[in-house]
Amino acid sequence: MDRIMFGDNQFFGVNHMSEEKARAQAMRFRDTQSIIDVLDVAYDLGIRTFMCTTHDRIAEVAAHTAAHPDRYQGFKYHPGMPYAHKYANMVGELGIVETLKAVTPGGLVETLVRGAKSTMSRDVGQLMRTLVDAEMAPFAKVETPVVFLQNVVADLVLGLGMPQLLAEFESYVRERYDAEAGFFTMNMPRMVEALVAEGVKDPIICCNYNAAGFRMCGGIEAYDRALEAHEFRCIAMSVLASGALRPEDAIKWVCDREQIVSIVFGASSRGNIAQTVDLIHTHTKG
Amino acid sequence: MLRTGIIGIGKMGLSHFALASAHDDLDVVAVCDSQAFLLAGVKSQTGVATYRSVDKMLAEQQLDCVFIATPTSSHFDLGMAAIEAGVSPFLEKPLTLSHDQSRRLAEAAAAEGVANQVGYHNRFIGTFREAARLVGAGAIGDVHHIDGRAFGQVVTQPTSGGLTWRSDKSAGGGCLHDYACHVIDLMDFLVGRPEAVVGARLSSIYSSNVEDAVHALFTYPNGATGSLETNWSDDSYRKMTTSVTVYGSGGKIYADRQEIRVYLRDGRTFEDYGDGWTIRYITELQEPVWFYIRGEEYSAQVDAFAQAVAAKKTDGTNSFASAADADWVVEEISRVHRDGAGRATPTGAPASAGLVRRQVTVPAWVDRGLEVLGPPARKAAAKAKAAWAKRGAR
Repeated sequence: MDRIMFGDNQFFGVNHMSEEKARAQAMRFRDTQSIIDVLDVAYDLGIRTFMCTTHDRIAEVAAHTAAHPDRYQGFKYHPGMPYAHKYANMVGELGIVETLKAVTPGGLVETLVRGAKSTMSRDVGQLMRTLVDAEMAPFAKVETPVVFLQNVVADLVLGLGMPQLLAEFESYVRERYDAEAGFFTMNMPRMVEALVAEGVKDPIICCNYNAAGFRMCGGIEAYDRALEAHEFRCIAMSVLASGALRPEDAIKWVCDREQIVSIVFGASSRGNIAQTVDLIHTHTKG
Repeated sequence: MLRTGIIGIGKMGLSHFALASAHDDLDVVAVCDSQAFLLAGVKSQTGVATYRSVDKMLAEQQLDCVFIATPTSSHFDLGMAAIEAGVSPFLEKPLTLSHDQSRRLAEAAAAEGVANQVGYHNRFIGTFREAARLVGAGAIGDVHHIDGRAFGQVVTQPTSGGLTWRSDKSAGGGCLHDYACHVIDLMDFLVGRPEAVVGARLSSIYSSNVEDAVHALFTYPNGATGSLETNWSDDSYRKMTTSVTVYGSGGKIYADRQEIRVYLRDGRTFEDYGDGWTIRYITELQEPVWFYIRGEEYSAQVDAFAQAVAAKKTDGTNSFASAADADWVVEEISRVHRDGAGRATPTGAPASAGLVRRQVTVPAWVDRGLEVLGPPARKAAAKAKAAWAKRGAR
């Protein structure tokens, strides 16, 4: 995995600190070309991995890079699924069963609803695989070495006590897409333990890691202990705590934790992207 | 460990289920839902006991507490059933569809001595808590107005029925019970319950069965006013977005999910808040939680409930009694929308026709005034009629 990865929150009006900033970003990036322009800047600054959601607009970005292979040599996607708001809004309007019907083809859900209880365990897995396929369709023509499960689903499943589904996701992604599975989480210590207990070897986990302790459930100490205790590949996100920390201090703080494999960040301007890339290179040891 | 049940595993029920399962003091032992398909999924993946009958679950499981996340129209019966079984209920918002039912639930929970809580999660968001603390401490002086808003994209195209209870008024669907009650409770949290609803409008934008927007004006005992604007058909918002502004004699406070902006005037200061603007962010205002799924507030409210159940505390944050206040306002908004609240009468044509162009009709009071009123009123009505005629009214 690359040391530096580029995120996409800034393109979709996600800012954990300011609604106004989020809105301004949503306005700026309302057409796909404006997203591509920023990606071009990141690419030219040496970034090769794009950690993205499965938002419809990203499908257009993927189509663009697939159509220009010379321009984007070595460019990789790490899609994170599902794009939760899409489903959350649908569930609000349609209900859970109708939403599942709408997003899975060929009457699978009807079969499940009618189906015998004895086959339910197998059927839940089948449903998960169908949903993954639907989310992966836009990425058919680009490289996807790691496929992520978004934290809202990963943590929901973790909370519900169904870690076997996380392991099932891992094996499906490996077998079907020849990709590694990654897991976003806001509960890293618990997530690592659950995945290791399920037999997932050297899992890829993307979690907040910032000096403010922002959205690091269990606290910074528990995170540091987990980093020491378990063999897993940690990708740090939200290293600036959505802008609450000074970039220089924040990145040095994260780079001091040498077990962290990669850092993902999002930015919109050439200046900010270049500064963050420089800081990571400067503070990365070895 | 507190034996915990879940009733209803839709979006909110699943969230409560997961947070309760991850909580050290809660042990989810039973789940109840009407859909066998979903229950089979839960049973096969977790091994938790599943039920299609609430009564059976309550009779068999010796529960300490239960999370109820079903359509609002079922809240009263389910909440009562839990209370009568001595089980502490957490109910999704709004508490019920009538203030009277909510009040009875509050009284029953107090009499039975069981903890009781409603899912008004805004009260667990750091920025809103800080705003409430500042207002309560008098940081902005005497409050004279509060403005609460919420926007989001629930219904964004014409619909004449829909598939869920959210488009069924009698079940608790519509923007008033889904969105506005959150804002009403948040306004209550900051400045207390209004004394009266003096104007209200429920408007349909896309839905044929329910309202998509709610606008209302409140008055408060000290003469302050409040305004409410909620609209769930605004897809310029990625998700539900709530904000509140409180105006006081010494400054104002704006707060949303992410930040709080405080303006103090005339050299006024409060703690670290100086004269002029101070902006603080959720990253420093939110208490950490033990487990996170989709917002600290959802975790924090489950934790608060677990603590209240353990302590048998009947008047914690978001108690039934507090949520019944919000239901009173909701009910008043419906009533004022339906019956009016002492309508003001226009005198003469507006100076400008404004942007809204539609066929105007002479208000009924004009003709009535011409028939029944005394000479001064008749004169005024005649003048008004001439003015309306000038605007092209029929």
